[in-house]
Amino acid sequence: MTNRAQVYARIIELIEPLNPKKLALAEDTSFAGDLEMDSLTVMDLVASMEDEWDIVMPLNMLPDLETIGQVADAVTKLVTK
Amino acid sequence: MSDLFSKFDPLINERADLLATGVRDPFAIVMQEVKSPTVAVIDGRETILLGTYNYMGMTFDPDVIAAGETALRKFGAGTTGSRVLNGTYQGHKECEDALKDFYGMSHAMVFSTGYQANLGMVSTLAGKGDFIILDADSHASIYDGCYLGNADIVRFKHNSAEDLEKRLRRLPPEVGKLVILEGVYSMLGDIAPLKELVAIAKAQGAMVLVDEAHGMGFFGEHGRGVYEAAGVADDVDFVVGTFSKSVGTVGGFCVSNHPKFEILRLVCRPYTFTASLPPAVVACAATSIRKLMHAGAKRERLWDMSRTLHSGLIARGFRLATDSCESAIVSVLMPDQETTVRMWQAMLELGVYVNMSRPPATPAGVFLLRCSLCAEHSAAQLETVLERFVMAGAAVGLFAEAA
Repeated sequence: MTNRAQVYARIIELIEPLNPKKLALAEDTSFAGDLEMDSLTVMDLVASMEDEWDIVMPLNMLPDLETIGQVADAVTKLVTK
Repeated sequence: MSDLFSKFDPLINERADLLATGVRDPFAIVMQEVKSPTVAVIDGRETILLGTYNYMGMTFDPDVIAAGETALRKFGAGTTGSRVLNGTYQGHKECEDALKDFYGMSHAMVFSTGYQANLGMVSTLAGKGDFIILDADSHASIYDGCYLGNADIVRFKHNSAEDLEKRLRRLPPEVGKLVILEGVYSMLGDIAPLKELVAIAKAQGAMVLVDEAHGMGFFGEHGRGVYEAAGVADDVDFVVGTFSKSVGTVGGFCVSNHPKFEILRLVCRPYTFTASLPPAVVACAATSIRKLMHAGAKRERLWDMSRTLHSGLIARGFRLATDSCESAIVSVLMPDQETTVRMWQAMLELGVYVNMSRPPATPAGVFLLRCSLCAEHSAAQLETVLERFVMAGAAVGLFAEAA
């Protein structure tokens, strides 16, 4: 069983290589605003999360997922479904 | 009051910085005269056109022009109406008949642009609860079709059969699935391994749409596209294409053998809620499409020219996006934006127009000088082009950086 804490910790690991400015990552860190990720980088990150947990995260979900915490919630929900 | 344009400031500033270095704007070229499919006048200078997608050189074909002139006189300058109201003339039906004959399919629908064809087909075919599975490097019109519709969108790694299969397997077996592929990807000029990709899509119960915008006219026995050359015509449900490349005018279309295809005319909003193409345009298109059915010699010349440019650039030390010549697009990899614009401008001043391409239009953040060939290019023009590439590359220090 994967819990939210494990999901969150792994998401942080996946984001780290995409964080060249080494910002401190937290629940409310936003992808576009804080990490300045462009849409292609976000889509590649989604692909790596899909592969990590063997889930489907449709791209049309993305507008609602602005922060790391929101993504962790969404992934946890998909993994435990 | 907040200025709605504030969000564009980063791009405005980036462009201002670039133009401040003294280069001209690569996205603001004006063609003062167009003399042929391969020559135009830009800044008063006769320029070889090497970035027009005018693959088969049909823009000045005498039969095509004559058909357009006749239709313009006979049917007027425009239809002022939607295809489903007053905007379907005899010419629109003849154009759809030409497409059915060209593709050997039972249904054809003509849209006002290629962009709208993708926008309409993608947004209408897959609805709420269905899944669209698209190649990561898909054209903007395909992505925009996804955003206009209500389907769930899943993206697979560019041209990867393995990744497509993995993502398809994760989807519930009972849901509707549309896999969207392109024959030729227009930025790098690479082609899709359609045999493998289509087989996987079919095995997983998906319908398949292939965009053949850059393949129509010179791939496959009948020039239908990469899907024909790959031998998967029977497994492709929808082919989308455009008139603004090999056909030489403007417009878009979808062809299919699906028995219920005609209903799309009433439910596909980018088809229904816009004005139809002018009579002259559909007359030009129909004539051009019928001529492309018998264009074997032009096809050969186009391939010959493409291979000559590809191998010639490699021999002169340029880095290209594909190891071998896969299509009529030859893309030169460039190190950064400033060198790309300087080299693009140097080429223009030497009388050769190529496309400059930059992210986000390009994949993986690459900068390109993109060439597209035309069957009407002469061997002498290509010699000139290769010579100018070397001169421009030397002028901007491209070879020094690569060394």
